[in-house]
Amino acid sequence: MRYSGLRVIMEGLRGNTGWTPAWRDPDPKPEYDAIIIGGGGHGLATAFYLAKNHGMTNIAVLERGYLGGGNVGRNTTIVRANYGLPGNSEFYSHSLKLWEGMEQELNYNVMHSQRGIINLFHSDGARDAAARRGNAMINQGDDAILLDRDGVRKLLPYLDFDNHRFPVYGGLYHPRGGTARHDAVAWGYARGADARGVDLIQNCAVTGIDIEDGRVVGVQTTRGAIRAKKVGMAVAGRTSQVAEMAGFRVPIESHVLQAFVTEGLKPVIDHVITFGAGHFYISQSDKGGLVFGGDLDLYASYAARGNLPTAEHVVEAAVQLMPVIGKARMLRSWGGIMDMSPDGSPIIDRTHIEGLYLNCGWCYGGFKAVPGSGYSFAHLIATDAHHAPAARYRLDRFRTGVGIMDEEATGSQHNLH
Amino acid sequence: MRIAGKGLVDRAAEVRFTFDGKWYRGFAGDTVASALLANDVRLVARSFKYHRPRGIFGAGSEEPNALVTVGRGGQASPNTRATVQELYEGLAVVSQNRWPYLDRDLMAVNDLVAPFLSAGFYYKTFMWPRAFWEKLYEPVIRRAAGLGALSGEPDADTYEKAFAHCDLLVIGSGPAGLMAALTAGRAGADVILAEEDARLGGRLLAEDEGVDGLTGPEWVTGVLAELEALPNVRVMTRTTVTGAYDQGTYGALERVAHHLGDAGGRPLECFWRIVAQRAVLAAGALERPIAFADNDRPGIMAAGAVRTYLHRYGVSPGASVAVFGNNDDAHRTARDLAAAGVEVAAVIDSRAGVSVDGDFEVISGATVTGTKGRLGLSEIEVSVNGGTRKIVADCLAVSGGWNPTVHLTCHMNGRPEWRDDIAAFVPSGDAVPGMIPAGATVGVFSTAGCLADGVRAAAQALGALEIAVPDVAVPEAEDRAYVLEPIWRVAGTRRAWLDFQNDVTVKDIELAAKENYRSVEHMKRYTTQGMAPDQGKNSNVGALAVLADVTGRAIPETGTTTFRPPFVPVSLSALAAGARDKGFAPERYTTSHPANVARQAPMVEAGMWYRPSYFPAPGEVTWRESCDREVTMVRAAVGVSDVSTLGKIDIQGPDAGAFLDFVYTNMFSTLKVGRVRYGLMLREDGHVMDDGTTARLGEQHYVMTTTTAAAGQVMRHLEFVHQGLRPDLDVRFVSVTEQWAQFAVAGPKSRALLNTVLDAPIDDESWPFMACGAVSVAGVAGRLFRISFSGEHAYEVAVPARYGEALYRFLLSQAEVLGGGPYGMEALNVLRIEKGFITHSEITGRVTAFDIGMERMISAKKDCIGKTAAARPGLVDPDRERLVGLRPVGAVKQLTAGAHLFNDGAPARREHDQGYITSVGWSPTFDSYLGLGFLRRGPERYGEKVKMVDHLRGVETVCEVCNPVFFDPEGGRVRG
Amino acid sequence: MRVTCPHCGERDRREFTYQGDALALFRPEPDAGPTVWDDYLHNRGNQPGRVRDLWYHDPCGTWVVVERDTVTHEVFGSEAAAEVAR
Repeated sequence: MRYSGLRVIMEGLRGNTGWTPAWRDPDPKPEYDAIIIGGGGHGLATAFYLAKNHGMTNIAVLERGYLGGGNVGRNTTIVRANYGLPGNSEFYSHSLKLWEGMEQELNYNVMHSQRGIINLFHSDGARDAAARRGNAMINQGDDAILLDRDGVRKLLPYLDFDNHRFPVYGGLYHPRGGTARHDAVAWGYARGADARGVDLIQNCAVTGIDIEDGRVVGVQTTRGAIRAKKVGMAVAGRTSQVAEMAGFRVPIESHVLQAFVTEGLKPVIDHVITFGAGHFYISQSDKGGLVFGGDLDLYASYAARGNLPTAEHVVEAAVQLMPVIGKARMLRSWGGIMDMSPDGSPIIDRTHIEGLYLNCGWCYGGFKAVPGSGYSFAHLIATDAHHAPAARYRLDRFRTGVGIMDEEATGSQHNLH
Repeated sequence: MRIAGKGLVDRAAEVRFTFDGKWYRGFAGDTVASALLANDVRLVARSFKYHRPRGIFGAGSEEPNALVTVGRGGQASPNTRATVQELYEGLAVVSQNRWPYLDRDLMAVNDLVAPFLSAGFYYKTFMWPRAFWEKLYEPVIRRAAGLGALSGEPDADTYEKAFAHCDLLVIGSGPAGLMAALTAGRAGADVILAEEDARLGGRLLAEDEGVDGLTGPEWVTGVLAELEALPNVRVMTRTTVTGAYDQGTYGALERVAHHLGDAGGRPLECFWRIVAQRAVLAAGALERPIAFADNDRPGIMAAGAVRTYLHRYGVSPGASVAVFGNNDDAHRTARDLAAAGVEVAAVIDSRAGVSVDGDFEVISGATVTGTKGRLGLSEIEVSVNGGTRKIVADCLAVSGGWNPTVHLTCHMNGRPEWRDDIAAFVPSGDAVPGMIPAGATVGVFSTAGCLADGVRAAAQALGALEIAVPDVAVPEAEDRAYVLEPIWRVAGTRRAWLDFQNDVTVKDIELAAKENYRSVEHMKRYTTQGMAPDQGKNSNVGALAVLADVTGRAIPETGTTTFRPPFVPVSLSALAAGARDKGFAPERYTTSHPANVARQAPMVEAGMWYRPSYFPAPGEVTWRESCDREVTMVRAAVGVSDVSTLGKIDIQGPDAGAFLDFVYTNMFSTLKVGRVRYGLMLREDGHVMDDGTTARLGEQHYVMTTTTAAAGQVMRHLEFVHQGLRPDLDVRFVSVTEQWAQFAVAGPKSRALLNTVLDAPIDDESWPFMACGAVSVAGVAGRLFRISFSGEHAYEVAVPARYGEALYRFLLSQAEVLGGGPYGMEALNVLRIEKGFITHSEITGRVTAFDIGMERMISAKKDCIGKTAAARPGLVDPDRERLVGLRPVGAVKQLTAGAHLFNDGAPARREHDQGYITSVGWSPTFDSYLGLGFLRRGPERYGEKVKMVDHLRGVETVCEVCNPVFFDPEGGRVRG
Repeated sequence: MRVTCPHCGERDRREFTYQGDALALFRPEPDAGPTVWDDYLHNRGNQPGRVRDLWYHDPCGTWVVVERDTVTHEVFGSEAAAEVAR
């Protein structure tokens, strides 16, 4: 079924009785050409692009819970291409271009809103680092504008410029950055993949990976064994668990990241704002809630929930930066499990097991990567060759030291990214 | 309307307030909701999506409809629950989400086009043309969405945060909570009793039920008196426990002054972190609505809330009240209203064959199938025996049964379990370690049952705390069985609301299921069910039941409902208390701070520290003029700069040298006593962590300096290396950063200056370059280091911090005699760039010893932290970007930090990127901008020309690549 | 969240800095080879459930090995890293 404004009106007139399921609920087949483990944003996008770009339609996505139930459904919805290092630069640039065509490609309104991101800086040194990043963005062909204090004041007059502990020196403005409706991204890719014949199998947990003579031959699941020549892992947050099934360890530590939303309010924040000195970022959803977050809780965790110290610190940064939102009330807090990699950058690569592919390590930035990751991972699975924009996301870069993309420059300390 | 002789409000204390600008009267003890109902104001709010007229539904913090803005200006608080806000004289209440008027809201047009605004409609449209989303659709949607509006002014109230500790935290003060607190209090345990309401008692204040022969409120008063007499019990009213966290930590919001027109210096709110050995959750239960056609009109209320208004506030929400329910509890509403003289229009019970004693009509086996009344209920339609009847009523009290308040038990991922007999979820066992749910929270609904269960829960907690359980008699009270037949929705074609606030109807759930958003999570996210300010407290179970029904599954099979913190919304200001303005982070000041401020030096943040940027002299207009003068002054005469912010770590012990050999890349055990050496420290992954000088003051005594930025990190690192990797080494260290004030004295006249304060003058022989040792500074035992961060003949002199300011002032006065003076961070930066010294602008964390040309400092003779990883092929690749100096040689003379480098002629695109500039300064010494940067194969390219491109600032400059040491590369001046 | 320091007792999490898996205490020999060093520096078991990890108690300067559960956040016990490393 094709969605359109006209269809909404026609169905409205008919009592909305003609809508059809967004996707099927098929039983798993005994064998597929390829299996994607993980029905989150990355897994669903991978399936969509395998079908669309590579004609692979005899494939399945196995999801242990419900589609889009992982981090794609619990992030703060920021979409951007403002990276500074080679490797990340070209990847996120490609991903943002896919975002810009996503709604037409999927025939699903993911409410991608390019309202602009402003990364504030609070010292001369931070400004120089921001300039280096902004110049890299332009070198890549993306957009960046360096704002001074008055430039920030024009866009964000409600910040506290006068009493701030870390005064605003300026900001790096990325007009094409913005937000999107997170669930819709998962659903849009799910619907698109399903329409192309992909089997999306929910409530199907993978319990084992079948390997013979160093190559993958299928998986064991709670709904029986399924054979496949190729298996792709897209289970960020739980990568170590699935890798363990295949008998190897990965450079990942799982951490909890909290996010928060306030009650609905009339529009007050029109951009995405990040406050580097305070580990804080915020935007306002179309429903009116202020959506914000900050640093990790900073301890390894699979609990998908956090604790008060981080929550309080994040809110302290919020009110410090913008005392005008003090009367807003935190409505809900939640947590996600982050795949923290040693250099804060992801891995899209083959493994030492033939036919087993790895997509992980998205740290706390996986949402904006969804289309690019799916596109590049599909390319790798289908062709066995690295897709150019993701070619530096190698698993062995930590062992060799070649091409480490430590965007935040904190080194091999998983918890610090 | 107010009912004579009923209620706990103080009829002698009249309180006036405004609603949408009109004055009303209430009494002390009223909430905004009870006072509005007493004044027969039924229309209070508009719904989120369809802007439907809404009234007051409940009587507690779970209120889904009656959200208002209270207060004015920077004190205005949007989305305040009228059911919680207590009345005070002059309180200003304004309705929300309507334009222009509450009773004539033009946005209500949405309700007319509702068929086109079904669940998830926005995912299916607004896609064409692409650019219209940001330009047209989204702005319109954003303006229409939201509920209340922030004032646009900084929050003008004050807030606090606090910690509390106790043996037992009792959450809720209904019959179960009171008995739990009483039992534990008598046992001598440290008890905190937290009650959300302004008064203890819970539903004992809202029902007409006696306890031990007293009325509910009378009995509560007696218990409160005993609790207040116990020194080990702390009663906290207006305090909502908002979250359950690890190891018995609870968040709680105390509304300290919301009920006062004048806070009298008190904070508006206090956010508590309560650490409890055990907790009893006696949070009661929440009554749930039933979905039937047009069940959202003002006047349609929870039956229990109608009783609350009657008994607690002496108010009847209507002149003619109908009751619709599926349980015996609903009958009590009719009885109580009738007894108070309120007309009961009818009791409609969905169960067949129900009879109730009372002077009112009972229609059993019936359902409400429709309602009328544009801005308030006027009539209901009842379906009975296949026919329909119209009944005139201005209030409909609805009870679909009770949901235990399981919320806090979900905060640590506990999943509530379904109980068929009460058709509700109850907490799963041990959902929150140490928390014992009791009373209605576990599905015990009679007063007697709750009283007894409170004692049971307290005894369990005391047992775990190994405190003897006292003998507590359980008071006498009603012990009726709770009997219901679930009814979630009444069949019909019109819209029937589940989530009032977000306007989610049964049809929306049906549509979600039809489109295969059948997982409960998909349904919620697709329809926004449960996402509104009440977080589904009123509707989640009903929506789940409807989803189960339309998908042909049982409720437990369909899913469960979970809740995340906070239990009630918490203002950001309360969570951020203390962090406004400068309170966000500590401020660290050097001993020279007052002297610097007195000289009008602009102070800049350096981590937590403040340091002087420059020292404006008379006639200087720009910072550059001051900076240039200070640089020239240091090169020509002498300058003084406070360097106390650098980390100073005192290291002592027989193995101090061996320890330093392990943490630094180079050797320190071989350093002679009385000498200083520059050291480079790596992270274990082979990248540079920090650098600095370390002085050997004695055979077993070193003093390490770190950069200001990394002082804390280095200290933690040293502790790790010692405790975690080399506990065999006999060495101890302590941070002495704050114990010593240390000043750089730099320039050709530095020795002359120092000799004015040193008791024994120094010369080149006694104090050669890189010498260190004890000195007497005007009679004070100090330390002197002959080190230089400027390339000049220079020293750092240290004295105990209490002498810092005096020494600084004296040095400045003597320096000025010699043609010198203080220099700030700007000049310090230029001086070090001229000399090619690195800072954290260069050693960003991505940089290796190889990159900064210090690979030979990694001693081949020993192991050290980071040595193995630093040898990884990728970290010593000659193609890496490595440190170089850059100076402009073309027509454009400007350099900018953050610019990237390209080969001359190559386009400024990523594929051609050759490196970047990290530090730039205007050098008055060279009359040129100088830069430090990282360039591919940099050291091999001295003399080459590269192009610096700064797109952001529009600068393109041809630069010559050179040795980063611009000034005095032979080092003659530091030795001279 | 509360963590126990062997010297100071149970304290609020705010007093601690976290550092990751306690395998950091078992530093390989310099010549152990790239695979061993890669495992030491980067690769982690990282399974849900019981772990031993490193926490620094900032006020007293003690590195602590804490045994806890990453799913429930239950803390089972802690000991000084220096004792574990010895």
